[in-house]
Amino acid sequence: MDTQFAQRRRRDLIVAACLAAIAALVPLFVKDVYVQNIMVLTLMYAALSQSWNILSGYCGQISLGHALYFGLGAYTTALLFTKFGVLPWFGMLAGGAISAVIAMALGYPCFRLRGHYFVIATIVIAEIALLLIQNWDWAGAALGIDIPMRGDSWLKFQFARSKLPYFYFALTLACIAWLVTWWLEDSKWGYWWRAVKDNPDAAESLGVVVFNSKMGAAAVSAFLVAVGGSFYAQFVSYIDPESVMGFQFSLLMALPAVLGGIGTLWGPVLGAVILIPLTELTRAYVGGSGRGVDLIVYGALIVAISLALPKGLVSVFSMLSGRKEAAR
Amino acid sequence: MHLWQWVLAFARTTLGPYVDRGAAVTAETIIQSLASGLLMGLLYGLIAAGLALIFGLMDVVNFAHGEFLMIAMYATFFLFAFFAIDPLLAAPLVAAALFVFGAVVYLLVVRFAMRAKANAGMVQIFSTFGLAIVMRGLAQFFFTPDYRSVTNSWVGGKTISIAGIYLPEPQLIGAMLSIAAFVALYFFINRTDFGRALEATREDAGAVALVGIDKNRVFALGWGLGAALVGLAGAIMAIFFYIYPDVGASFALIAYVTVALGGFGSVFGAFAGGIIVGLVEATTALILPPSLKSVGIYAVYLLVVFIRPRGLFGSM
Repeated sequence: MDTQFAQRRRRDLIVAACLAAIAALVPLFVKDVYVQNIMVLTLMYAALSQSWNILSGYCGQISLGHALYFGLGAYTTALLFTKFGVLPWFGMLAGGAISAVIAMALGYPCFRLRGHYFVIATIVIAEIALLLIQNWDWAGAALGIDIPMRGDSWLKFQFARSKLPYFYFALTLACIAWLVTWWLEDSKWGYWWRAVKDNPDAAESLGVVVFNSKMGAAAVSAFLVAVGGSFYAQFVSYIDPESVMGFQFSLLMALPAVLGGIGTLWGPVLGAVILIPLTELTRAYVGGSGRGVDLIVYGALIVAISLALPKGLVSVFSMLSGRKEAAR
Repeated sequence: MHLWQWVLAFARTTLGPYVDRGAAVTAETIIQSLASGLLMGLLYGLIAAGLALIFGLMDVVNFAHGEFLMIAMYATFFLFAFFAIDPLLAAPLVAAALFVFGAVVYLLVVRFAMRAKANAGMVQIFSTFGLAIVMRGLAQFFFTPDYRSVTNSWVGGKTISIAGIYLPEPQLIGAMLSIAAFVALYFFINRTDFGRALEATREDAGAVALVGIDKNRVFALGWGLGAALVGLAGAIMAIFFYIYPDVGASFALIAYVTVALGGFGSVFGAFAGGIIVGLVEATTALILPPSLKSVGIYAVYLLVVFIRPRGLFGSM
């Protein structure tokens, strides 16, 4: 049993390395900027959803307010850069650190809540932050922040013409989020989280420090999401409260993990790879008229997948491999 | 310059609007805004009633609740625009239409979401959320994203003065309707056979089959009833609020907070929750800039659940 698990983990790592290598080569053949743009977004959502999955999937604390951390990352970077000239790389770390601290400060009272009371608390907290930023004149209020272009450079992490640097950064971020999850899966924390998710009371009685393990999951998750937010601010070079901190975005971030397979290693990646290109393409081909057809297709897809595959798209793979093993 | 002076100066430049705010608040304005807050609160209670009913019945949070409100508002608008039926007369029609719609949504979507053996909570959240997106898309497709409003209805824009306090008539009627609906709901749940079946199914959905109650039928009727309640609320809302495809989103969040504040599983908690939300919103608008009025509601929700993790009247 144990060796089987170890084997599976080694196989996962090899598959991930191969996929990352293939992904890194793709831009050499795909020069179309529009397609590259979609690839960057796909990787970003994979990273975000993977990070969300740590707290909500593995630890079972469903947060529908993660846009808060994404927004904090984006705003910290953008404000430090535009107001104080601090390089985005520092902003990224600062945003991540601030988010992790805030996640723990908020977790302190919130982790006593269960079920829907917790979910609604996460929504409401993000919404308070959104309203505060929308009314904060110094930070651009509802209009947001325009990040001025100061020329292509890695130092300032700005590139006007090429999407490639963003692509490789997003790829790195997705790999880091995946690796962190992979590593945590087989660590003390990973086992604690799954115990907390399945039955917090039983876990507590067996000596799992439930509260601390939730705090740990929240901090890791928030840090990574905030780094994603910093990246996004640099990538689009314009942020506004609604688009980086809105409730809608919290759901969009959770969606790849939920549809791909919540609480699984590959779910968020699979979900993002299928969902994001599909969203962008429907938006481009049927949504151009601005009449909401893209929303109809997108919404119907969410309903269909969540009803047909409650364990997510990864369950198709395990069904297939299960059949193979049964045939042997 | 000392560090603290710098901090203060920084706070002034960055947080100016929050720090330097002095509005003239008199006893009159307080009473006035509490009165309108109370009316709005009763209406919030009516909006949330259906959500609370459905949750109490089957532990499902309908993430398309706001969109139910949205189509009720559109239905009212079109009855008014095409057939000149005043929203007050249209209300029962809209409620009936929403009843059918709610039952159909249960039979076509939620029934299947209930069958999920894994991740049941997420399946329910995201299947109803997907439905919400489809409904918004359909509204955009058929009705365009334009803002619409019902103009020149019987009570629209009229106010009535009681002891020097001005009360807007649409909200007043909505508040009375809300009280009537909750009273009716009370008798319905406690005094009728269907109400008892509802209560029994809620206690133990498996056992009711033994006494000949069809669980699916009860759930479908529960969804119908929940949707009909939000239909009533939508008809009143249409009198004084703009109607557009995304209108449900902001009210849905308030409805979730209302239900959770009252306590999940308690329909009448939603009534109390609604009143509290309305009063808190009005009070916040006196203290903070009006665009921040929801902050008060959310803060009170957090305060309540941090002290009582089951809401005010919740059972668990």
